[in-house]
Amino acid sequence: MAISNATSLGGLTRSQLLEMHYQMLLLRRFEEKSAEEYTRGKIGGFMHLYIGQEAVGVGSMQALRPEDKIVCSYREHGHALAKGMEPGAVMAELFGKITGCSKGKGGSMHMWSNELGILGGNGIVAAQLPIAAGVALAAQYTGEDYIVACFFGDGAVDEGAFHEALNLASIWKLPVVYICENNQYSMGMSVQKAWAVDNLLPRAAAYNMPGEVVDGMDVVSVYEAVKPAVERARIGNGPTLLEIKTYRFRGHSMTDPSYYRTREEEHEWRSTRDPIGIFEKKLTDAGLATQAEFDENDAKATQVAEEAAEFAENSPNPGLEELYTDVMVDNSGALSYRYERK
Amino acid sequence: MRTMTYRDALREGIREEMLRDERVFIMGEDIAGYGGTYAVTKGLFEEFGEKRVRDTPLAEEVITGTAIGAALGGLRPILELMTINFSLLASDLIINSAAKFRYMFGGQPQVPLVIRMPGGGGAQRGAQHSQMLESLYAHIPGLKVVAPATPYDVKGMIKAAVRDPNPVIFIEHELLYNIKGEVPDEGVEYTVPLERGDIKREGSDITIITFSRMLHVVLQAAEELAKSGIEAEVIDLRSIRPIDIDLITDSVKKTNRVVIAEEGWKYYGTGQGLAALIYEHAFDYMDAPIQHVNSADVPMPYSKVLERAALPAKDDVINAVKAIVPEALVRR
Repeated sequence: MAISNATSLGGLTRSQLLEMHYQMLLLRRFEEKSAEEYTRGKIGGFMHLYIGQEAVGVGSMQALRPEDKIVCSYREHGHALAKGMEPGAVMAELFGKITGCSKGKGGSMHMWSNELGILGGNGIVAAQLPIAAGVALAAQYTGEDYIVACFFGDGAVDEGAFHEALNLASIWKLPVVYICENNQYSMGMSVQKAWAVDNLLPRAAAYNMPGEVVDGMDVVSVYEAVKPAVERARIGNGPTLLEIKTYRFRGHSMTDPSYYRTREEEHEWRSTRDPIGIFEKKLTDAGLATQAEFDENDAKATQVAEEAAEFAENSPNPGLEELYTDVMVDNSGALSYRYERK
Repeated sequence: MRTMTYRDALREGIREEMLRDERVFIMGEDIAGYGGTYAVTKGLFEEFGEKRVRDTPLAEEVITGTAIGAALGGLRPILELMTINFSLLASDLIINSAAKFRYMFGGQPQVPLVIRMPGGGGAQRGAQHSQMLESLYAHIPGLKVVAPATPYDVKGMIKAAVRDPNPVIFIEHELLYNIKGEVPDEGVEYTVPLERGDIKREGSDITIITFSRMLHVVLQAAEELAKSGIEAEVIDLRSIRPIDIDLITDSVKKTNRVVIAEEGWKYYGTGQGLAALIYEHAFDYMDAPIQHVNSADVPMPYSKVLERAALPAKDDVINAVKAIVPEALVRR
C-alpha cells in the first residue's frame, strides 16, 4: 500500500497520527498489565480502568499544549500517560512505591505532576470541576498562557458541583474546557435513567456556553471537537462543555461484576466499536499507515507496559518516615512544642 | 497603639496583605457590592476593583473549589464564607481536597488558602445560624484552624494566614466584630503566629483555657475570681490546630488545675480533645479533675431566654473554678 504524507485526517500529520495510535495502544496495554498486576495482588484498593475510552484521552491531549493543565476524575491513568507521564511512575504509584508519581501516597486515583500540568485524579465525583475552574481563574488572573481541560464521567453531571462550576466558569469566562466522558454508566446507573436530558446540549445552553456531542470512539472526532474548544478558552471566550460518548469495556472498578448491563451489549461495543480498531481502519482506508506499523506500535506499547511493571516491582517501598511527611508544607503536626519556640 | 474594632483590624490586615502581594485576592458572597455581610470587606471593592474583590454566586461548593484551584495555580486567595454554618456545603472541598492534596499527591502541590468564616451564637439567629463547629475542621490533618479573639490577634493572624502555605480555616465570631482593643499604629508591621496560644492573664491558682468570644467571658470571670482571692491564668488558644500543648502543660504544672471554657457543645469537641491531651501530657501534675464549661447539648433555641440559658456565661466559669479550687484559697 502506498503511504501518503498528506495531512488528511483532522489536519494531523502522519507522524502525529501514528503517535496517537501508539498512545492509544500504550493506554490499552498499560491497563491490561495493570489488571494483571491487580489480580496478582501487586496493586490494592480501587482501580478504575480506561480500556475502551482511549480515544477520549488521546484525542483531547493532542489538542492541548504542553503548558496546558488537566484535572481529572479517578479514572485517570490514561490521561496521565497521554499527557506525558512516565509509565513507570504511573505503575509504581499503583504499586504504592516511592518512585510513583505521588510517592505511593496517592494510588490509582491520585496522579500528579507539576511539570506536566497533571493536577490530580479526584476520588470525589465532580470535585474536579470547581477545582479546574480555580486553576483556570489563576491563568486568567495572572495572564499566564495556559488553559485547563477538566475530565469527568457522566455520573459527575448529577452532582451539584457540576452545575455550580459550569455557571461560575461561564459568568467569569474562565479558560476551561469541560469534557464529559459519557461511558453510559455511573458505576451501575445507566445514563438514560440518571439524566433528565438525552444529552448535555441543553445543559450547555443552560449555562450559556457552547456544547457539542462527540463520538468518543473516534479519536480524530475527539481531537476535532476539543481543539476549537481549547482555542476558545485560550483567546478568552470562556468555557465549553463537551459530551464525548464512549464506553468502558471493563467494569467500573476491578470488583464490578457488571450485573447492570448485558454481556451482549459489552460484546457489541468491543467487537464493533473498539476505538483502536476504528482508528486503524481509518488510517488504512486513508492510506496513511500499514498493519506492520500498527504491529510495531503494539509491540512497543506492550514492552513499555511490561517495563513499567518491572520498574514498579523493583522499586522500593516508601520508608516509614514518609508516613508523617507532606501533611503540612513544613511537615509540622497537630501539636506545636516548646522546643520549636526556642 | 490605637484602639479599634475587631472588624476594622481584620479589614486592615486583609488590605495590607493585598497591597503587599498582587496574588492576594478575596472572593465570597456579597463581599463587594454589599460590603460583606458583617461589613468586614467594606471599601475594599472600591479600592482594589472587581478583579481582586470578587462577588460570587451563592454556591459554596464551587467557590471553595475555585479558591482551592486558584491556590494550586499560584494565587493567594482569601475566601469569605458567609457563616461557618454554610461551610458545611463546602466541607467536601475543604476536607476531601484542600486538606488532602499535599499529602495524597506526594508533597507536590501547595494549597495556600485562607477560608474566613464567622461562627458562634448569641444573636438569636436560631439553630442553623449559631454553631461553632471549629472542632469539625480541627479534627482533620492537613488543615490549620485558628479562632482569634482580639483586634490585635485578628489582624496579626490574618496576615500570617495569608502568608502561610497551607489551607487555613480562619474562624471569626459574629459577636466579636464590634469589640475594641489595642492594635499597633498604622504602618507598624506585625504578624501573630498561627500555631501559638497566648496567656491573656497570668495567675497561679487555676488555668482556664478558652478561645474566640469565650475569652472575653472568661476574662470577666477571672476579674471577679480575683476579688475572692483566686488568681486565674487565662490561656487563649488562638489556634485550635495545631494546639500549643507546651504552653498549656507549663501552665498546668504551675496551677495544677484546669477549666476548659468553650462555646461549642460538650461531646467530642475541642474541649474534650484538649482534656484528653492534658491528661496525656500533664496527668502527674493534676490535683483535680478538669472542669468543662460549654453550651447546652441542644440545637440553639431562638428565644432570648432559652438562648441565654444555652450559652455558657461568666457564672458558669466561676462555678467551675470554685468547684476545684480548695476552700483554703478562697477569701470569704
